[in-house]
Amino acid sequence: MIRFSDVWVEKNGHAILRGINLSITERRVGIIGRNGSGKSTFARLFNGIEKPSRGEVRLAGATGSDELRRHVGFVFQNPDNQIVYPIVTEDLEFGLKNLKLPKSEISERVDEVLDRLAIGHLRNRLTHQLSGGEKQLVALAGVLAMQPRMIVFDEPTTLLDLWNKQRLMSTLAELDQPIVVVSHDLDLLAGFDRILHFENGDIIDDGRPEPVIAGYVDRSKC
Amino acid sequence: MLTDLYVFGDSPIHRARPAVKIVALAAICTALFVFEGWTFLLLAAMLVIAGFGAAGLRPVHALGALKPALWILAAIFAAQIYLNDVSLAGFVVGRFAVMILAATLVTLTTTSSEFVEGIHSVLRYAPDWVPKARIALAISLCFRFIPLVRSVLAEVRQAQHARGLGRNPLAVLVPLIVRTLKTADEVSQAIYARSFD
Repeated sequence: MIRFSDVWVEKNGHAILRGINLSITERRVGIIGRNGSGKSTFARLFNGIEKPSRGEVRLAGATGSDELRRHVGFVFQNPDNQIVYPIVTEDLEFGLKNLKLPKSEISERVDEVLDRLAIGHLRNRLTHQLSGGEKQLVALAGVLAMQPRMIVFDEPTTLLDLWNKQRLMSTLAELDQPIVVVSHDLDLLAGFDRILHFENGDIIDDGRPEPVIAGYVDRSKC
Repeated sequence: MLTDLYVFGDSPIHRARPAVKIVALAAICTALFVFEGWTFLLLAAMLVIAGFGAAGLRPVHALGALKPALWILAAIFAAQIYLNDVSLAGFVVGRFAVMILAATLVTLTTTSSEFVEGIHSVLRYAPDWVPKARIALAISLCFRFIPLVRSVLAEVRQAQHARGLGRNPLAVLVPLIVRTLKTADEVSQAIYARSFD
């Protein structure tokens, strides 16, 4: 479980998030809202990329950005900005080396995650030569290899075509970890356990997908 | 480009410790300036060619590395003829060519992560205040992001060309710098998120 206690994020005197109080225990949580509503800032709090100006984020006893980033994986919208090394296996090893794991375990985990996502054929490929969908899977593999307790996705399908979007959706459905997904793609979130609707730095609706998404669609009508 | 150069293989040169290759490269390049004369230059050239052979590389790899540098070598050759004579011009250009080939041999047989580890181990004896891990990561990021910046540049050029601004360098540079800085910001967040200290 992850708990947000009176979390504020302020930048240049402007409140981006306003006193968020929330506990998340569900396996699949979606976050929706207009551009600039604070949903991406909220997502970045989960693993400590963003730090609260006030309040606290606590993951089952773990606090502090160092502990949060160890336990919560984050998949960015644009995989080009997440992949650090030029060869796929080198990139997958990056996070594991940061965790100071022994070489044998690093190698095992890389093999395992390549098999799991069925991307073993990409092992020795240059990352900048991969397609958008392949890059997204490599970025996800880099996070999965670190075996986080929870994974946050920031608009994971924005840059994908239909085939890659469906492939990613089936991959998300098979993950063992609880996931939190920020998305404008309402189809992706339809089967989730809980949806949070953000507006002006606050959660204005929270519940099962059908009513929350319907409310969001209503509010978005011109 | 460096990231496009690596040739997979299992030769003794591929398997050699990256730090050894980097130190050997530095030693050969330094020696080429310390021991002036055709004898040492030819010895160094034979050593590098033997290295290419041992690594299972083909002449096309060596030519591919020299090709982009040809106009610089030609300019150096012309300047040396003007300042000295043909023999010295040939020696100077030959020295640069051997250095380029030696560096190419290292990059063709060393992945960027091995290269980074090599830099890291070479820096092992540097004082504590030297940020060794950060220097090593910065080098790896150069390898990774040269192609990315190149593709952004191509996109910006096409967009500005479509707006009729293809010949305006400012119209290309400003969006390129803005996008690169924005990317750098997100990359630093991604690196942090992946537990880099």
